Amino acid sequence: MFSRAYKTLVSLPPLLWVGLFLLLPYALMFAHSFWAVKDGLLVHQWNLDNYHTLFAKPVYIEVLLRTMRIAASVTFCSLLLGYPLAYYLSFHSGGRKELLYQLVVVPLWVSYLVRGYAWKTILGSEGVLNSFLQYLHLTHEPVSFLLYSPFAVVLMLTHIYTPFVFLPIYAALEHIPRPLVEASQDLGASSTQTFLRVILPLSLPGLIAGATFAFVLSLGDFLAPLLVGGASGTMIANVVQSLFGAAYDWPLGAAISVCILFVVISLLFLTERLEKRWSFK
Amino acid sequence: MSSVGANSLHPSHTPTTALLEIRGVSKCFGRRDVLKGVSLSIASGEFLTLLGESGSGKTTLLRLIAGFEQPSAGEIWMGGERLDTLPPYKRRVNTVFQHYALFPHLSVRDNVAYGLRVKNTPAAEIGDRVDQSLRMVKMEEFAASRPSKLSGGQQQRVALARALVNRPQLLLLDEPLSALDANLRKQMQGELKSLQRELGITFLFVTHDQEEAMALSDRIALLRDGALEQVATAREIYAHPATAYTAQFIGQTNLLQGEIRGSIATCGVLRWPLDAPDGLAIFSLRPEAIRLCAGGGRQATEVKFRASIRQQLYGGSSELLEVDCGAGQFLRVRIPVHGPLSGEHDFVFSIADAVRVQE
Repeated sequence: MFSRAYKTLVSLPPLLWVGLFLLLPYALMFAHSFWAVKDGLLVHQWNLDNYHTLFAKPVYIEVLLRTMRIAASVTFCSLLLGYPLAYYLSFHSGGRKELLYQLVVVPLWVSYLVRGYAWKTILGSEGVLNSFLQYLHLTHEPVSFLLYSPFAVVLMLTHIYTPFVFLPIYAALEHIPRPLVEASQDLGASSTQTFLRVILPLSLPGLIAGATFAFVLSLGDFLAPLLVGGASGTMIANVVQSLFGAAYDWPLGAAISVCILFVVISLLFLTERLEKRWSFK
Repeated sequence: MSSVGANSLHPSHTPTTALLEIRGVSKCFGRRDVLKGVSLSIASGEFLTLLGESGSGKTTLLRLIAGFEQPSAGEIWMGGERLDTLPPYKRRVNTVFQHYALFPHLSVRDNVAYGLRVKNTPAAEIGDRVDQSLRMVKMEEFAASRPSKLSGGQQQRVALARALVNRPQLLLLDEPLSALDANLRKQMQGELKSLQRELGITFLFVTHDQEEAMALSDRIALLRDGALEQVATAREIYAHPATAYTAQFIGQTNLLQGEIRGSIATCGVLRWPLDAPDGLAIFSLRPEAIRLCAGGGRQATEVKFRASIRQQLYGGSSELLEVDCGAGQFLRVRIPVHGPLSGEHDFVFSIADAVRVQE
């Protein structure tokens, strides 16, 4: 239907884009992870020292594990919020569906940074929440664990990523033919049984997609820990950032990045398999 | 579908005990009255068809009985129990949906077992009953397949097995054959009918296809704009339609507009004696009630007229003629295969076949 020249012309820009801005940087990063820094200078000497350091020094593994813990908590919390919300909207919101949908999506238009600062003003020692608690005489001095803690990071990331979890689940629920729900009731299943035996299994691909979004996006986040995480809430991306910045150890930073990339790619591979397993089109 | 002789029942054509009673049921969606005070009772073991055009309210009535909608007014009773106040899952009613609504994530076997599983039936019993149901619809070899791998007719059979395995008192069928092609449809009609006879389960069947309704039903309930137009056996509704609408909707007919004066009915050029008060009248005269008259006289109970052939449509087993009786009066006539006809001919029909109908 289309000529060869036309096809080449059309596919060239995206190929160039992906090549220049994705594959090339990855290749560079991969190469860097096998180089070294001597006397403040990058030397192109192939070695495995960076990976050795990474696994020998417990601090990196600890931060990586903490990051995965935080990402898992964010995933769990946003599923806990996003799924019931999507379910309610799809099945029980009646005529208010459009409005509620917009309300869920609107926060996505607000800058990530603004939302981060909002949490800072809410959770800080002089913040809205602490003032309120003291006003109620529930506490006599500011509660300090609210801000600059893993808790704050999980809270902020959950707030930010819940819409990302909501959307694929909502789409999956909307695609369930309603006669299936009626058929289930018709065959004697209560609402709970219908949910567990029909709705939940058929929405699993959306649920897996949403959970993957939340986990992968949280895993690479560095702004939330920077804004509300403090020392105890530092995540792996912050470590990479400082290695590439102040510490000037690009090879070690690159090695950590390769590890994260490996984790993320295996995860995406796994979830794609799961989604395929659970789709029945 | 093979015989399931054990609980075989032979339903009688005359309703004896009412299984389902619909009492003055109305339903409006917003300002639209979809059902207007429908009352109908269905006998145990009966095959009753709700027939009507799209938008006549037949599917809504079915959904009210299944429990997917609530009536705006009126009551529905089944076997001495009020039905319309129960949630769908507590009703001893099962539905075969128009597009089957099989669960795509479950195998054929698990689809059929669904109703038994949610009611915590013992596993051994589930196995036996599912096998029996699948055998009944000749689908046992597909037990492990996913619904998406099956043809329309096969999905239809699974949907039927999935409903019947629960041994409902009443089976609701929502245009179950409408998605099948013509040949398969005819075949499934026959199978449905014999299945219903063997099981003795009451069938409430919804269709817009009058031929299907006539072929299958013990009785037909014709719905028009949310109200019942006529409820009768297929033979009765065809032979004695109560209204012009019924006469036209069920089978083909000639509607003759005319008047009665001095015990003579006059419709255009046709006249016959009729003992009825003076006034306007409409008659329904089926095309096959009119015959070619070979010649000779007519009997006193017959009307004879001369008409010219305008069109002749060959239909294999019969021919459909359109004839001009003069004065702009056209009639359709169905005759046995005759060979090409032209010019003027004599036709005759029995006065009893001109059925007076309401507007």
